[in-house]
Amino acid sequence: MSASDTPKRSMRTPLGRVRNLGAAHSGTSDFWRQRLTAVAMTLLMLPVIVVVMMTLGSNQAGAKVILGSLPVAIIMMLFIVASAWHMKIGMQVVIEDYVHNEKLKLVSIMLNNFFSIAVALASIYAIIKISSGV
Amino acid sequence: MALSIVHRATGIALYVGTLLLAWWLIAAASGSAAAYSNVQAFTGSIIGRLIVFGYTWALMHHMLSGIRHFVWDLGFGFKANERETLTWAALIGGVVLTILIWIIAYAIGGVR
Repeated sequence: MSASDTPKRSMRTPLGRVRNLGAAHSGTSDFWRQRLTAVAMTLLMLPVIVVVMMTLGSNQAGAKVILGSLPVAIIMMLFIVASAWHMKIGMQVVIEDYVHNEKLKLVSIMLNNFFSIAVALASIYAIIKISSGV
Repeated sequence: MALSIVHRATGIALYVGTLLLAWWLIAAASGSAAAYSNVQAFTGSIIGRLIVFGYTWALMHHMLSGIRHFVWDLGFGFKANERETLTWAALIGGVVLTILIWIIAYAIGGVR
């Protein structure tokens, strides 16, 4: 193993090393996670719609009671994690397809990561705050 | 059918739309009841309702169109008529589900 990992001694050709890694340089892991999060969101879709419907017409106090209940909080947080991950991968594919300037592409992918993580973290923090009644 | 670009466009719209979801949750968690009223005032306005309606459709269409892609990933539905059926099912299904959700929302009296 260690011998083949040493770059100078590697028997693998440069083509062999990059083959199947694609534009994202990460192989098929994003492809798999995109499908995984898609299936997760499809399963969570109905519960999430029910939760949003339940909060319709209620004021903040009422919304806090609904969003702060354990099953609702868990459903919402699972959905947020799946959607943030899914949209981060999806937007990266769009960026890789349309942004051909290498530096601009890296900056765009970085901003995409920042946005997706920030939205997810803010939403999850809000739910935890509601649940803990702080 | 050039529906893959619609899948992509709805995906981008949903990406931006998560800001609305985050705003709603943060306002609900906020210490001031007015913060939540502001969200309700926005989503209750004509523009707000149009945005949320559009968001509902983008979500339903993207989900069904995604399931269509999933069927293809599994190796089914590649015949010409099957492709057409799947595509139309996603198109029509997305609109039907969106209208159904909004009828239920109005029926339970949530949308004032």
